[in-house]
Amino acid sequence: MAEKVLMRGNNAMAEAAVRAGCRYYFGYPITPQNDVPEYLSGRMVEVGGTFIQAESEIASIYMVLGASAAGGRVMTSSSSPGISLKQEGMSFLAGHELPAVIANVVRGGPGLGNIAGSQSDYFQMTRGGGHGDYRMIVLAPGNVQEMADLTYLAFDLADKYRTQSIILADGMMGNTMEPVILPEMRALDSLPDKDYVVDGMRGKRKSRARLSLILEPKELEDHNWKLQRKYKQIQENEVRYEEYELDDAEMVIVAFGTAARVAKGAIRRARAEGLKVGMLRPITLWPFPSDVVRQLADRVKEFLVFELNAGQMIEDVKLSLEGSANVNFYGRPGGSIPTPRDLAKVIINRYSQKFRLI
Amino acid sequence: MKKVYTRPKYLKPVANHYCPGCGHSIVHRLVAEVFEEMDIGERAIGVAPAGCAVLAYNYFDVDFVEGAHGRGCAIATGLKRRIPDAVVFSYQGDGDLAAIGTAETIHAAARGENITIVFVNNGIYGMTGGQMAPTTILGMKATTAPFGRDAKREGYNLDITHLVAEIEGTAYAARGLITSPKEIRKSKKMIADAFQCQLDNRGLSIVELVSPCPTNWGMQPLASVKWIEETFTKHYTPGVLVERRPVSG
Ligand SMILES: Cc1ncc(C[n+]2csc(CCOP(=O)(O)OP(=O)(O)O)c2C)c(N)n1
Ligand code: SF4
Repeated sequence: MAEKVLMRGNNAMAEAAVRAGCRYYFGYPITPQNDVPEYLSGRMVEVGGTFIQAESEIASIYMVLGASAAGGRVMTSSSSPGISLKQEGMSFLAGHELPAVIANVVRGGPGLGNIAGSQSDYFQMTRGGGHGDYRMIVLAPGNVQEMADLTYLAFDLADKYRTQSIILADGMMGNTMEPVILPEMRALDSLPDKDYVVDGMRGKRKSRARLSLILEPKELEDHNWKLQRKYKQIQENEVRYEEYELDDAEMVIVAFGTAARVAKGAIRRARAEGLKVGMLRPITLWPFPSDVVRQLADRVKEFLVFELNAGQMIEDVKLSLEGSANVNFYGRPGGSIPTPRDLAKVIINRYSQKFRLI
Repeated sequence: MKKVYTRPKYLKPVANHYCPGCGHSIVHRLVAEVFEEMDIGERAIGVAPAGCAVLAYNYFDVDFVEGAHGRGCAIATGLKRRIPDAVVFSYQGDGDLAAIGTAETIHAAARGENITIVFVNNGIYGMTGGQMAPTTILGMKATTAPFGRDAKREGYNLDITHLVAEIEGTAYAARGLITSPKEIRKSKKMIADAFQCQLDNRGLSIVELVSPCPTNWGMQPLASVKWIEETFTKHYTPGVLVERRPVSG
C-alpha cells in the first residue's frame, strides 16, 4: 500500500495526471490554480514530458487539441475566465472526438469576479459551454484524495469515450492540504491504443484527417447522432455519487464538492439535534445521477439543494424529480462559503417548518 | 515517352474547389512537390485553416488536423511536441494568421517552435466574401472597406512576416510570389528551404506566398498577377527576410 503524503488539492491533481500517463500539459496562469502549472513545469521535465506556458488559454486549448490528435494523454487547467476562453476549443475537441482532461478550479464570477472558491460554473461545464450539441464528463472531487483519484480516472474515461473529462473543483478544494494516497505510476506502454490519431502515414496507411467540418447537413446530423449515442452510453455507465446518512433520512441535502464538505458538517450537527437528514453527493455532475434522485423521492419528499452559487444544479435535481418531491435551495454566490454551523441553521429551520419539530 | 508533368504523389486525384486563377491551388502543388522531392510526405502532418483552404485535407494526401480560425500554430505546436520527428506545417491565410491568430503566430516564433508556416497572403478575406484583411493595402477596396482602405478610417496594413522575422526564435522567414513561372519557382525553393529548416531542428520557419484572389479582387486572373507585381509588392517585397543559424551549444 502506498504511503500517505500531505498535499494541496491542486498538486495532488497534477501529480495524479502524471501518474495517469499524462505527458503534455499546456496552460496559462490564473488564480486559484497556479499550483498546477507551477508543479508540472518541473515535473514534466523530470518525466520527459512537455510543459508549455502558452500565450493564452485559447492557445493552450489548441495545443491540447494538437497533442491529443497526435495521440498523447494531455491536460490543461484553468479557472473560470480562462475556461470561458477555452470554450471554442472545447467545442472543437468534442466535434473532432478527441480526448482531453481539463480542470476548472472555479472562482467567483461573473467577470473577473474574485479568487475565492465558487461553484458558479456548473451550468457552463455540465451543458458543454461552447457552441454545438455536446457534453463532457464532469467530475466533482469532494476532497484532496478525490482530486487525485478522479483525475486519474478522468484520463481513462476520456480515452474510453474519446471525450473531454472535466475536473470541476473550486479555489477552496484546490488549495486545501490533506493527506492523500497517490495512485500508482502508469507505464506509458500500458496506455490504450488509438487508431484515429494523426501521426504521419509512415508508408503504412492512407492519409487521415481529424476534423469537425461536415458541410452536408445529413452527414453532420449523423455525426451528431453518433455523438449523442456516445453520451447516452456515458449516462448509462458512468454515473457516480456518494450517499451519506440516507438510510433513515426524511430530508435529503443535494450538494457536491466543497459544498458537500460543508454539508457533511452541517448534517452531523443536525443529527445531533435528532433530525433525520442525509445527503446525496453527485460525483459526476454530468452524467447527473438522475435515477438515484428520482428513486430517493419514493421515500423522501423533502430536498434541499445547497450550492456555492445562486442555484444551478437545482435545475437538474428538479428535472430528475419531475415534481415528485419538494425542492428548496440554499446557496451563496460570489465566493462566500458558509460554515457547517450556518448551513445547519438553515437545515434545522427548514426541517422544523416541514416536520413541525420544536 | 518521358512524362514531364504529372500530379505530385502527395496530392489526391480529385478536382479542387478553388476559383480559376487562385493562388491556393498552386501553393498546394508546390508544397506537395516539395514533400515528394524531399521525401517527407510520409511523416507530414498539416493543420488546415478556416479560410478558402479549409478543405486542404481533401486535396493533400498527407495526415491533417482541421484547425479553428487562427489557431494553426498552437495546434501545430501540440502535434510537433507529441511527435518530434513528424514534419508539421500550418497552412494559413492572412486573416487566419495575421488577425485572429496573431498571438499564436508570434508566440510560436518566440518559442522557436520547430514548425513550418505556409502563409498565403491575398490581401483579403477570401472565404467569407472579400472583407478587409490585416494585409489589405491602403486604397484597396474590400466589402468592409467600400471606399478603399484609408489609414485614418481603417488603419494600416500589417506585414506580419516582417514582424515574425524580427523574433529570435524564427530560423527562416521568406516571401515569394505566386505570379510568373519564374517567381513561382523561387517560391518553391523557399518552401523547400523552410521545411529543411524544420528537418534541421532550427526553429520556426515561415514562407509567405503573395497570391491572387481574382474573385474578391474583381479582376481577371492575368490582371491579378499584374496587380501583384506592380502594386501589391510595393508593400510586400519578395525575398528572404531572415535566415538564422541555431545558437551553438
Ligand atoms: C472564430 C471564427 N471567426 C470567424 C470565422 C469566419 N471566417 C472563416 S475564414 C475567415 C477569413 C478567411 O480569410 P483568410 O484567412 O485571409 O483566408 P482566405 O480565405 O483569403 O484564404 C473568416 C473570418 C470563423 N470560421 N471562425
Ligand atoms: S475566393 Fe479568392 S482565395 Fe478563395 S478560392 Fe476564390 S480566388 Fe482563391
